[in-house]
Amino acid sequence: MEQIWQIAYIFAALSIIGSIKWLSSPATARRGVMAGQIGMLFAVVGTLLRHEVVDYEFILISIFIGAAIGAPLAYLMPMTAVPQLTALSHAFGSLAAALVGTAEYYRLTPTGFTMTALVIETVLGYLTFTASIMAFGKLQELVPTRPITYKGQNFVNIALLLFAVSLGLWMIVEPTPSWVFPTFTGLSLLFGVLLIIPIGGGDMPTVIALLNSYAGAACAAMGFALSNRLLIIAGALNAASGFILSVIMCKAMNRSFLNVLFGAFGQVQEGAIAAMSTKPVHSATAEEAAAIMSGARKIIVVPGYGMAVAQAQHKLRELTDALTKRGVEVRFAIHPVAGRMPGHMNVLLAEADIPYDKMHEMEEINPDFAEADVALVIGANDVVNPAARHDTLSPIFGMPILDVDKAHTVMVIKRSMSPGFAGIDNELYYMDRTLMLFGDAKSFVADIVKELPAHS
Amino acid sequence: MTAELEMSLYVLILAVPLGLQLVQRVSPLLHTPLMSLTNAISAISVVGAILVAGAAGASKLSQVLGCVAVVASTINIVSGFLITDRMLKMFRKKDK
Repeated sequence: MEQIWQIAYIFAALSIIGSIKWLSSPATARRGVMAGQIGMLFAVVGTLLRHEVVDYEFILISIFIGAAIGAPLAYLMPMTAVPQLTALSHAFGSLAAALVGTAEYYRLTPTGFTMTALVIETVLGYLTFTASIMAFGKLQELVPTRPITYKGQNFVNIALLLFAVSLGLWMIVEPTPSWVFPTFTGLSLLFGVLLIIPIGGGDMPTVIALLNSYAGAACAAMGFALSNRLLIIAGALNAASGFILSVIMCKAMNRSFLNVLFGAFGQVQEGAIAAMSTKPVHSATAEEAAAIMSGARKIIVVPGYGMAVAQAQHKLRELTDALTKRGVEVRFAIHPVAGRMPGHMNVLLAEADIPYDKMHEMEEINPDFAEADVALVIGANDVVNPAARHDTLSPIFGMPILDVDKAHTVMVIKRSMSPGFAGIDNELYYMDRTLMLFGDAKSFVADIVKELPAHS
Repeated sequence: MTAELEMSLYVLILAVPLGLQLVQRVSPLLHTPLMSLTNAISAISVVGAILVAGAAGASKLSQVLGCVAVVASTINIVSGFLITDRMLKMFRKKDK
């Protein structure tokens, strides 16, 4: 039974494909995770059984160390930190791919086809490693979340990339002096950092999806370098997944895919904060808001990143319960780029025990805003800015938005009048039908809940 | 082109459209778990790491790089799967 690992690999590939298939619906999703774990077990055990592998001791110790670090990471991180954790996970996975590529390079110093695969593997691995660390830093706010730009940035980045690519080509064509591979490695690491620096926090959903795709591509490239088809299948699935998610994110922001693929190149200046408008707004107290809400029949809540920051989802659940008891229909409208990663809002609402059949996608719920008595915007800004529909000069022009301005009354919970991620003013706030609820999202929602019983 | 490479390319050109198909069917509701699950799956690079670290006659450099790679990819596997499951546990349909 020398070839037992081959059979294990085939089962691993099947389980991994099944895993993503089952994830398509919430009903079977947990089975998907189970299938993925079984697939991974087949892959690891199968590999340990390969006759090339003779030295077990250090491998088992390494697996133990990895598990001892990974498990607390997954259990101790709060749900609002899922984007950070995902970025960190990407960093580890792509580092692994890059290190394997490096080891293979020094073992074989190949040229030609194998080297092509190794070049792709290492460049993507190292750049995804540093880019993910930077993304983690930005999400955790260890690094400034505003885009950092400087004169000639595009030129520097493109020059670096061209230099790295030419070193890569050189290594593919012929054996090179000993400085070439380390330089190539350094450039890849540096490029990952430079790639993330000009990207703002609100663009993170796209960037994380893209890094996911890069990690998958690095894995597939490793499969080519090692002639390992299991790696090719798993890597290709992962690359496809990240790619689709980033395309969805791009569409939801009306940006071209190339625009994001090459970082923030040529993108509108997002750091610019528009002059504050002096137009009057209507503000309201929690008591007034509660009065309107308890008299409403249909309410649509629009959560955004601000809800995550304020950790307001649990209070929101209390409000939903209280209103539902009074016969008010409460639903949630989720914009594809709300939050810091695709589907971020859904996870937070689910954490607060809000059933997922109350969460609706943009296309699905937009026609219903016209019939809603109240649209309650919590911590969302650009995704509800009507300027995206008609103001051709606006940086977000053409971006699909949630039509909250069509609701009978619009309520916006916001700390102050400061602009959102795109740095532009939001005309929604100045409409006659809009009530601004100034304050911290969590405590304001709690206040509304407190004011509600008086009206029942 | 070697037979090995030909085979690998066939696998790639079949796996990419399969992945695109599968992922397009995932509801936006589950995009975060999808990402963390595929993230865990991409750590299948642990296979390459084990082969590098444990191969007969591996150099010291290979062993060190390989073991660090095994640690890193295991972190990714374990945290990826656990957080995915933790998230999915929270999704439920009806109100009580």
